[in-house]
Amino acid sequence: MTKFIKMLAAGIGAMAMMIGAAVADIKPAVVYDMGGKFDKSFNEGVWNGVKKFTEETGIEVMEFEVTNPNQREQAMQRMAERGATIVLGVGFAQADAIAKVAAEYPDVQFSIIDVGWLDAPNLRQYVFKEHEGSYLVGVAAAMASQSGKVGFVGGMDIPLISKFACGYVGGVKSVNANATVYQNMTGTTPSAWNDPAKGAELTKSQIDRGADVVYHAAGGTGMGVIQAAADAGKLAIGVDSNQNGIAPGSVLTSMLKRVDVAAYETFMDAKNGNFSAGLHTLGVAEGGVDWALDDNNASLVSADMKAAIEKARADILSGKVTVHNFESDSNCPY
Amino acid sequence: MEGLWLQFLLTIDATLRVATPLILCAMAGIFSERSGIIDISLEGKMLMSAFAAASVAAVTGQPWLALLVAIGVSVFLSLIHGFACITHRGNQVVSGLAINILASGLTVTLGIAFFAQGGQTPFLKGDQRFSPITLPFADTLRDIPFLGPIYAEVISGHNIIVWIALLAVVVTSLVMMRTRFGLRLRAVGEKPEAVDTAGISVVLMRYQAVLIAGVLCGIAGAYLSIAHGAGFVREMTAGKGYIALAAMIFGNWRPLQALYACLMFGFLDAVAARVQGLELPLIGEVSSDLILALPYVLTVIFLAGFIGRATPPASIGVPYVKER
Repeated sequence: MTKFIKMLAAGIGAMAMMIGAAVADIKPAVVYDMGGKFDKSFNEGVWNGVKKFTEETGIEVMEFEVTNPNQREQAMQRMAERGATIVLGVGFAQADAIAKVAAEYPDVQFSIIDVGWLDAPNLRQYVFKEHEGSYLVGVAAAMASQSGKVGFVGGMDIPLISKFACGYVGGVKSVNANATVYQNMTGTTPSAWNDPAKGAELTKSQIDRGADVVYHAAGGTGMGVIQAAADAGKLAIGVDSNQNGIAPGSVLTSMLKRVDVAAYETFMDAKNGNFSAGLHTLGVAEGGVDWALDDNNASLVSADMKAAIEKARADILSGKVTVHNFESDSNCPY
Repeated sequence: MEGLWLQFLLTIDATLRVATPLILCAMAGIFSERSGIIDISLEGKMLMSAFAAASVAAVTGQPWLALLVAIGVSVFLSLIHGFACITHRGNQVVSGLAINILASGLTVTLGIAFFAQGGQTPFLKGDQRFSPITLPFADTLRDIPFLGPIYAEVISGHNIIVWIALLAVVVTSLVMMRTRFGLRLRAVGEKPEAVDTAGISVVLMRYQAVLIAGVLCGIAGAYLSIAHGAGFVREMTAGKGYIALAAMIFGNWRPLQALYACLMFGFLDAVAARVQGLELPLIGEVSSDLILALPYVLTVIFLAGFIGRATPPASIGVPYVKER
């Protein structure tokens, strides 16, 4: 009898543990990068995805906002220590930290956005087909341009930014094969991301040469691009998040990088037990990149332009058009 | 030909715009260093006042008020610098560096706290900034061949701070070389004992110098965020304070020569922006790496070949001790 009770107790205990395990299955955490979660840009995009996940599932997500570079690794370690089952890192600056912490905590799942070169059995990496999104806004630029000349201002001169530039040129040339695309990089050091004065000068130089639409992929430097275009009565194209509202009427559209999709997908997969390590690439087909249309730019986007962009999107989806990825061979064929 | 001439003029126009913060900071540096106080905190003061100007302009919409607040913030930092190195005879480089680090961190932290946009301030609209001033007859005179575009493109269409910067050079030059105050200021930087013997307070002279430097840096910061730019972005000074410092040393601590050095840096920057990716006759497309490196390469060449020995004020960096 006592033996039976003991067995019963053990059985109930085991069952309770299993139920407990099923309920406390997922404990997600996110480590935002410098700028904080309301930065009207990258981090805020991630936050939108996290918010959507929490609203749909009721599962709270632990959060940390990094305010200096040394905190990245500590923050991830602390999340793992506090029992997080899945930790999401934001941005390529966190790559080193997540690689190290993922090795230290092999039982915890990790995921990072904008990194594609790491390799760990418990790490998922998200990269975006920025060239496809840039292609779409390139089509918009060529449709909006009256001079047949458009511009591109990049931040730091790295292959990732050339990938934006190349896709953009492809989009422009698909509409107007004779179009001229002026391209400028702001610099070769990280300060190139935060130099709006230089961004404005580069934009003015392109406008002086006849450009009337300028696309930027330059972070904070892009504020100068948008400002210079607005001052000159020309059009700018925003990047990463929806920047149409920065200078309504002067921002033609924005190339959206849907980091919220990556954040939402990470946590949803973890919740449903579908988490897998490896590289995930989000393009037009996956809803990872897009162009922005809202009240701020509705008057700038003509029906023809909209149709042309939607056709370009359909062509990319159907495989009729393959946008060249600069990073694949360090070359731009357009 | 006509088009090429216009492109050249537009480059000169851009040179003035790019050089303006450098000129203001270089003049600030001249005042401070001629009095014997090393000022590597030009960068930090400029950054802090850029943030202050953008914040005030965003909230109140008053560019002139924003300029005043920017000057106030910069002067305050100058006073901290003065307090550390004049009153307490601290290390001037360390104090300057501390101000730079303080500005770099504090602007972003305050920016996130005030506006919650990742350290940026809101984008400023037209009347919240100093807009370009088109001089009279600019449009009518534009059509005069050759000379018309000079007036319309190069001279007209700058915002008020560009003019303030050029005026600052004239005033600095006159004050330094033609007034009693300037003579005393230079003497304080060369041989403070002599000035003290003559019954003039070294401490007071040096405080006055760093105060003037603060005012000029404040104007430079406001130029970046509310005149040339339209809002604050973290670290937006991007090393301009240090370039101004280099220009000042190029110019041998003299206002006019420093102005030329600033214009040279500005010109190289403006050319780099325009030549990048351009097909040039005979040479073909210039590599963007080369263009981006050009200002630094030329700096080394100029420094080694043309400038010769730079002679700093004799007592620079040495705190004045009246009595042991």
